[in-house]
Amino acid sequence: MRISWWKIVAVTLLVYTILGGFLFEVPRLNIVNETIRSLYFHVPMWFGMVVMFLVSTIYSIKYLRKPSVSHDNFAVSFANTGLLFGLLGIVTGMIWANYTWGSPWHGDPKQNGAAIALLVYFAYFVLRGSVENQEQRARLSAVYNIFAFGAMIPLIFIIPRMTSSMHPGSGGNPGFNMYDLDSKMRMVFYPACVGWILLGTWISTLQIRMKKIDEHIAELEDEKNN
Amino acid sequence: MFTKLLHKEFTLELRRKSVISGLVLYLFSTAFICYLTFSLRQNLITPLVWSALFWITILFTAINTIAKSFIGEKRGLTIYEYSIASPVSIILSKIAYNFFLCSLLSLTGFGLFILFLGSPMEDTTLFLLIIVITSFGFAASLTLLSGIAAKANNSNILMAVLSFPIVISILLMAIKVTKNCIDGLDRSVSWDEILTLLAINCLVTATSYLLFPYIWRS
Repeated sequence: MRISWWKIVAVTLLVYTILGGFLFEVPRLNIVNETIRSLYFHVPMWFGMVVMFLVSTIYSIKYLRKPSVSHDNFAVSFANTGLLFGLLGIVTGMIWANYTWGSPWHGDPKQNGAAIALLVYFAYFVLRGSVENQEQRARLSAVYNIFAFGAMIPLIFIIPRMTSSMHPGSGGNPGFNMYDLDSKMRMVFYPACVGWILLGTWISTLQIRMKKIDEHIAELEDEKNN
Repeated sequence: MFTKLLHKEFTLELRRKSVISGLVLYLFSTAFICYLTFSLRQNLITPLVWSALFWITILFTAINTIAKSFIGEKRGLTIYEYSIASPVSIILSKIAYNFFLCSLLSLTGFGLFILFLGSPMEDTTLFLLIIVITSFGFAASLTLLSGIAAKANNSNILMAVLSFPIVISILLMAIKVTKNCIDGLDRSVSWDEILTLLAINCLVTATSYLLFPYIWRS
């Protein structure tokens, strides 16, 4: 394993998040009660997802400007991790909603938007699966990735803000001050976001390296067969 | 070049009358099936059911219409176009043509729905405007996706899979304004949604314009 400083930071932050998230004092609010601790695990998933998808899109743009296998690998791996974060975000959200709103799926605009965003990336992987030629696959999926990210912006960032929602801070500016996030919670929440994003990057880089090794093995086998 | 390509689209399409009549028949059958299903019990069509049926019909018609802008094309023709025209003028002419076709079909669809199911609209003018704006959104986003799907295997299924998540934000806005039109609310209420729709249209057109050269090259 290649040790770099940010991996150590990621582990430290996440250990701190888990310990602090479960042990520190949190404000007592009606209905929400102790479930407010999900904030440290649910919300950072969405931050992570958006960051992963953004990085994936940036690598897709890079691919179109200068086609190379490694750019494509980056785009796929980050999209993959983003999808994982999105799924975890939906699952944690459903658990949380079950306790506070009474049922796991409420048709809340943000829930729907998130579900559609995941559909976009499932479609991305279906597209990759149905093109045989490697170069063409990389180019088409890069185009779709950029296009889909563009179409996702109104879905995730604009439409939920225009409609009323049970999420805090909707129907206006969902800034974090609206959360009544007290300063003690901030002390865990911000490190948690950074920690999860770093962990996502770590997972992606592992995937990228696995793909590189696979390609290398395939090349060696080709040589042997020739 | 743009106008010539547009001219080509129209002449070719008018020559193949079976395609247009097929699409109109598709629209007619869907509207008729809705009518038959709901005529079993009167008063079942509330305005919101009407709007759901209408937009589902229009969405599927639009996907079927636009899917064939690249998927059905002959390989020789594609190569010929590639050699004489720039990709930018090709995508723009296709979007313009699909916009025309799509709004024509949606307006026909609206006519058929009025005929069979009646119109719950309080504000028909605004609704017509929304149909046209939405058609443009469909045309701009689906044309590029049709180009992508045409290069892959099982393109027809892929077309549907790729396009649903993309057009949903357009559709959501359209449905919201439709509800305002049904309720006959003041137009200023719908202003936000219309602006968002126009912004999404600009975004989608701009990305199509930028990205199409890359898929065209392959």
